[in-house]
Amino acid sequence: MNFFAHFGRYIMMLKGMFSKPENSKLYWKEFMHQCSEIGIGSLGIVSIISVFMGAVSAVQTAYQIVNPFISKNIISQIVRDTVILEFAPTLVCIVLAGVVGSKIASELGNMRVSEQIDALEIMGINTKTYLILPKIAAAIVTIPMLVIIAMVLGIYGGRITVSLSGILSTDSYDKGLRELFVPYNVFFALIKAYTFAFIISSIPAYYGYHVKGGSLEIGRSSTRSVVISCIVILLADYVLAALLL
Amino acid sequence: MIEFKNISKKFGDKVVLNNVSHVLQTGKTNLIIGTSGSGKTVLQKCLVGLFEPDEGEIIYDGVSFTTMTEDDRKMLRQQIGMLFQGSALFDSMTVEDNIKFPLDMFTNLSNTLKLKRVNEVLDRVNLVGSNKKFPSEISGGMKKRVGIARAIVLNPKFLFCDEPNSGLDPQTSLLIDKLISDITHEYKMTTIINTHDMNSVMEIGESILYMKDGKTEWTGNSNDIIFSENVNLNNFIFASTFLQGAKRLRMMEGGNK
Repeated sequence: MNFFAHFGRYIMMLKGMFSKPENSKLYWKEFMHQCSEIGIGSLGIVSIISVFMGAVSAVQTAYQIVNPFISKNIISQIVRDTVILEFAPTLVCIVLAGVVGSKIASELGNMRVSEQIDALEIMGINTKTYLILPKIAAAIVTIPMLVIIAMVLGIYGGRITVSLSGILSTDSYDKGLRELFVPYNVFFALIKAYTFAFIISSIPAYYGYHVKGGSLEIGRSSTRSVVISCIVILLADYVLAALLL
Repeated sequence: MIEFKNISKKFGDKVVLNNVSHVLQTGKTNLIIGTSGSGKTVLQKCLVGLFEPDEGEIIYDGVSFTTMTEDDRKMLRQQIGMLFQGSALFDSMTVEDNIKFPLDMFTNLSNTLKLKRVNEVLDRVNLVGSNKKFPSEISGGMKKRVGIARAIVLNPKFLFCDEPNSGLDPQTSLLIDKLISDITHEYKMTTIINTHDMNSVMEIGESILYMKDGKTEWTGNSNDIIFSENVNLNNFIFASTFLQGAKRLRMMEGGNK
């Protein structure tokens, strides 16, 4: 199947999601369930990654600043800007593409292979609306929140590291954080987060929903969905940076 | 009544259904039989709208299903129950939640009434007390019965069963057959069963469509089979020496059950 056929079917899937819910209460319940699965379920991994990326970024920045004429406060500015602009939205979303994306693809793939999706269709339920829309909506709501948490934890991770390793005092780090802060960067990071959240949820949903075959195919489509999501995230990252910065 | 006329379906170059026509009788167990790959599952999936036929027309109670709008199809599907080959139970839900799901989705009943109805159908399929079990905790036969319970919980007019006996031992198969047959008459449903189980054919086949290579090869009922001279049908049904002996015995008895 060529790119255009996949793309066409992907667009048709997205279009098919928008129909009147058979029962709003059940759809809301499913949306909340997905918010919990995607948001709370990924909180642990996002926290660990964020603290370490901030810490590593602080140590490596300090290592590269050898010129005594450059104020060490710049370390916290560099950590802040790299975490906000790139690490928190992009790196976290690439990890989430693996964690959340593979879960979505394998869950839908398993439902397809075991005829659970057919069973829902027979009942007269629009399976795209019931199964895919809540996942995409939940990702769009929760992933930007995770990105904001990642920003805070990343910057805090850098603070702990510079203070523990004696590179910089916490006061100097905090002072550096407040200098030359551009609020637009947070806005830009959130635009990236919303875009990536859509990519992370919709591409695996497409691959999972259209699985054909058996359990081996579920694994293959899950892997394929993660790889393609990562590539599309990087492509979108470049496009957004080129357009908005 | 369900009627289908000149149904054809191709996958790539492979013709799976070739001009198949038949009338499924209201209130009876209608069997679609044939060897693996004869097209019976594709035909059933066309009848419920999971596949679109390339040609032909499907008519439910005088209304064309083929030309129906998606909204009308959704309404009609609430009158259809289906038992899948692998039961297709939602594995993250308990037995009770599986059966309650159509009630939650399509009715405004109170939770007490929904649970009452769930317990009624569980009782009907002899699964009282299994409410809180997950599909992974019950046997294949029990899964089929939960599948039947979920399919009939909304009192459908049409019940489709795809290979209800696959993977079951002969004794459980007979129980499932009897259950489907009893429920068909009790609920006055039109039941359509895909099978290649000879016991089902002989025990509950009130109307039988035999398919071969995607075409209608023979139609009749379980008594007609005994006296049929269709070579392909006889080769299919009475494949073993044991079944050939059983056929001779039935013929001597006059073909009556």
